[in-house]
Amino acid sequence: MQRVVTNVAGQVGFYLAIAFFVVVTTFPFYWMLITSFKSNPDLYDVTNVPFWFNEAPTLEHFRYLFEQTLFARWLLNSLVIGLCVVAITLIVALPAGYSLARLTGRNGEALGIGIFLTYLVPPTLLFLPLSRIIANLGLQNSMWSLVLVYPTFTIPFCTWLLMGFFKALPPEIEEAAIVDGCSMFGAFVRMVIPLSLPAILTTVIFTFTLTLQEFVYALTFISSSAQKPITLGVATDLVRGDIFFWGEIMAGALIASVPVAIAYNLLLDRFITGITGGAVK
Amino acid sequence: MVTIAEPVTKPGSRFRYILDRRGTLGAVFVAPAILYVLLLVGGPFLLAVYYSVSAYTIYDPSWRFVGLANFAQIVKNPVFLETLGNTFLFTFGSQLLGLILGKFGAFLLMRPFAGRKIVRALIILPWAVPIALASVAWEWMFDSLYSVINWSMIALGIINRSDAPNWLGNPHLAMLCVIIVNAWRFFPFAIVIFLAGITSVPQDIIDAATVDGAGFWRRNYQIVLPLILPIVAVGLIFGIVFTFTDLSIVYLLTNGGPVNATSVLGFRGFQVGIVSGDVSHGAAISLFMLPVLLIVVIVVLRFIRRREV
Repeated sequence: MQRVVTNVAGQVGFYLAIAFFVVVTTFPFYWMLITSFKSNPDLYDVTNVPFWFNEAPTLEHFRYLFEQTLFARWLLNSLVIGLCVVAITLIVALPAGYSLARLTGRNGEALGIGIFLTYLVPPTLLFLPLSRIIANLGLQNSMWSLVLVYPTFTIPFCTWLLMGFFKALPPEIEEAAIVDGCSMFGAFVRMVIPLSLPAILTTVIFTFTLTLQEFVYALTFISSSAQKPITLGVATDLVRGDIFFWGEIMAGALIASVPVAIAYNLLLDRFITGITGGAVK
Repeated sequence: MVTIAEPVTKPGSRFRYILDRRGTLGAVFVAPAILYVLLLVGGPFLLAVYYSVSAYTIYDPSWRFVGLANFAQIVKNPVFLETLGNTFLFTFGSQLLGLILGKFGAFLLMRPFAGRKIVRALIILPWAVPIALASVAWEWMFDSLYSVINWSMIALGIINRSDAPNWLGNPHLAMLCVIIVNAWRFFPFAIVIFLAGITSVPQDIIDAATVDGAGFWRRNYQIVLPLILPIVAVGLIFGIVFTFTDLSIVYLLTNGGPVNATSVLGFRGFQVGIVSGDVSHGAAISLFMLPVLLIVVIVVLRFIRRREV
């Protein structure tokens, strides 16, 4: 009997602990959600219960966001920046990863580690010189500066990720293609790339989410509203003087976070393998 | 079907010859990546070092060499010393909190239960979402007047409305807030790292220890922990690097205040170098992050080496 009681208590304790973690991690997102649908009188009345609607929910904040602010423009900017960075990253990292895994022999490993370590060089160490370089190139205040700079962290990360993937691919496939008369380059283009589509897709999604998460470079290089990516726009532009438009800010944060969160969750295990460099095995 | 002998006589064969040499093709393939990194990471890094020993400002872009004068001026400034202290407090406070929560969370998630996948996906949210947007949500939760945390505490009778804390307005509480938000952001990552490590420990090692009479804690601390240490170390290194050098949480939540109480190196470098335009002092401040980064890089390399042996 006593055993049953401790068992039940253990189960309850276990689920309570799980619930605690879920509440801690998700509450800010619940807070974004509920704030973005609350009417202003409801939002700014300290006697109201804040956890639920005291007045009818409204779409007012979303309408304001799309009609009165540059929110749609920021979304578009982020999309353009993301796609350009994805293209640059793929063109550079795909052959580099392949080369380091297959073609450069023993030096490849050291070179790969060297490239990966640059992923650890933080933006806060580089933003000053980069902002001068950007100014000299005439890209100041333009979202194209981000297209130029973001590959500095996506290329190291994705090269490392792809290198790991290519190492796991059986070399017999290219060898067979070369025996059949393909050049080594031809074997890469015709055999390796089609076989790597899952890895390429992972790279695309990671690159895209990494560009969406970046904040420091965007903050440093861009001050005109029309050029801002979504994170910067939402975080800095929806404040007029001292007044925060909380409903709009939370609505914007919600729209921008949800897709990133979903994409990340889907590829989580690959990310972990990527940064720990197979330390698990 | 193309035969092996044919390419030699084909037009353009010299180009093909290049693309067929393992070493040459390897070099051609890896060159753009190396160039990109050298030009936009290596170059700017050296430039930052040069700025820090020159008298460069955006108003007077002078390359005049001033030696270590900038560093000497910086360390005399009490605000900078406070900033340095804050950076360590912020980094190690939030990493410690994140590690404790991460270990505990991983421990819970190891056990199979209904809905574990969904729970895992929800717990990972803080780490997946852009930190700038999450910081803004926290800012709203810490609002001086409409804070939901204060509302709850008042409703529960813990405090009165008159003495409700002004989270971001009080120097000590503001530091606590940025630490909590950063720990909140990183502990899901710690959970995942711990989980990845623990699942990699072969079950028969644990079984053997159990047969030999090792209890739960002994198994946990003398067998599992040493085995997962490399992967936990790699995770911790990422946490330290990204926290030690970050400015977004501080910039958005407290803007370094109140009265520099939450100013950290990255933020101060931004304030001095970009906002005030004093590039060389800003660069010197940023370079104070370098020793910590170097130590971290050496640790990474040691782990990678050991893995190869």
